[in-house]
Amino acid sequence: MIEVKDLHKSYGKLNVLQGITETIQDQEVVCVIGPSGSGKSTFLRCLNLLETPTSGVITINGVEITDPKNDVNKIRENLGMVFQRFNLFPHMSVLDNITLAPIKVKGMNKAEAEKTAMELLKKVGLVDKANAYPDNLSGGQQQRVAIARALAMQPAIMLFDEPTSALDPEMVGEVLNVIRDLAQEGMTMVIVTHEMGFAREVADRVLFIDGGKVLEQGTPQELFQNPQQERTKSFLAKVL
Amino acid sequence: MPNLWLGATVTIKITAIAVCMGMIIGMFMALSKLSKVWVLRIISNVYIECLRGTPLYVQILLFHYGIPQVIRSFTGQQFYFDVMTTAIIVCSLNSGAYIAEIFRSGIQSIDKGQMEAARSLGMPHSKAMQYIILPQAVKRVIPPLCNEFIVLLKDTSLLAVIGVTEIMKTGQLYTSVHMVPFPTYIGVACVYLILTFTISRVVNYVEKRWHMSGSN
Repeated sequence: MIEVKDLHKSYGKLNVLQGITETIQDQEVVCVIGPSGSGKSTFLRCLNLLETPTSGVITINGVEITDPKNDVNKIRENLGMVFQRFNLFPHMSVLDNITLAPIKVKGMNKAEAEKTAMELLKKVGLVDKANAYPDNLSGGQQQRVAIARALAMQPAIMLFDEPTSALDPEMVGEVLNVIRDLAQEGMTMVIVTHEMGFAREVADRVLFIDGGKVLEQGTPQELFQNPQQERTKSFLAKVL
Repeated sequence: MPNLWLGATVTIKITAIAVCMGMIIGMFMALSKLSKVWVLRIISNVYIECLRGTPLYVQILLFHYGIPQVIRSFTGQQFYFDVMTTAIIVCSLNSGAYIAEIFRSGIQSIDKGQMEAARSLGMPHSKAMQYIILPQAVKRVIPPLCNEFIVLLKDTSLLAVIGVTEIMKTGQLYTSVHMVPFPTYIGVACVYLILTFTISRVVNYVEKRWHMSGSN
């Protein structure tokens, strides 16, 4: 469970997050939508401390991650992250990309790590690419490897930062399918996305963020079909 | 004929040792310059600025004649550096400053998403550097590093001033006796050219091999 209390983040004078309070339950799939520059990616990146909050408290499964006494590396092991631009390690094969962290961080032995990696590759449909290098894969394949890499650490929660925004349109589907499978398995997920159709289908709850605040939230039906706020209405009118 | 090949072995020896030491110093200074610890940042900045900002010629003279004078005036005893000691120390320190900047820019040229991805997997900063950033940075800095090797090899000719019998000094000694500057210095130039050309070919080969064994 993720509990966020009065989260603020500023860069100098720019207040990107202006007090977000939110609770995300176990096995819940939450999609975060909103215009560019609204702070939705910053919100997500605060959840695994890639951005250090200016103020506020974030608690994940009972551990207050914003408390500097807690080991940030241990916390991050529990939070898989998938980036817009994949960020695969280009100097390593697909298999090494996936096994690196389990071996070097968790101390898993190589054989076991590779076995897990192959299972994950099977799950994302890329077993035949185990020995390929990232540059030889399409965007959609790279993103599926990135998902497998994050899953290899067996995280309790997965964070997705616009996972399909950098993809050619015909590759969006294959990545969304993998995320959809994860949702069905009961993975707790926070997904920042511009894919409204996908959010509507897969999310248990949708947050609409604008100006660094959660302006409105609800089930996909509530938010997409019956938005209360004017700002939400005008945003949805433009994107749907 | 002057024994330029004997001089060349001295040049190669100094360059090889100085390059290895320079890479160690350079890596340490590059990481210091990027460190969060301000003391390390200041030390590396002062080091890099001072050694890049003054001529190697001056550094050689200052180290070889200047420092022993200070030591003598404090201890009251005879003290001097062996010319090879000066050659290796000064060349290592000098190339270390340039290599530090090469490594620093190489590290900074790696997309910051790489560090973020590594950290998001729970890797501490040091491991992310070791397994993700440095292996990519090192490949990327091969061309400027090769350039630095060549510059250093040629700059060792300045060591002639303190009497290191490398290629240049060997030529100078020969022509001062035989008065044949043209053939002598053409010979000197050719030996340098052969050495630098060899370095660039070897580095080219290594670069190609690395390129084939994986991307970037």
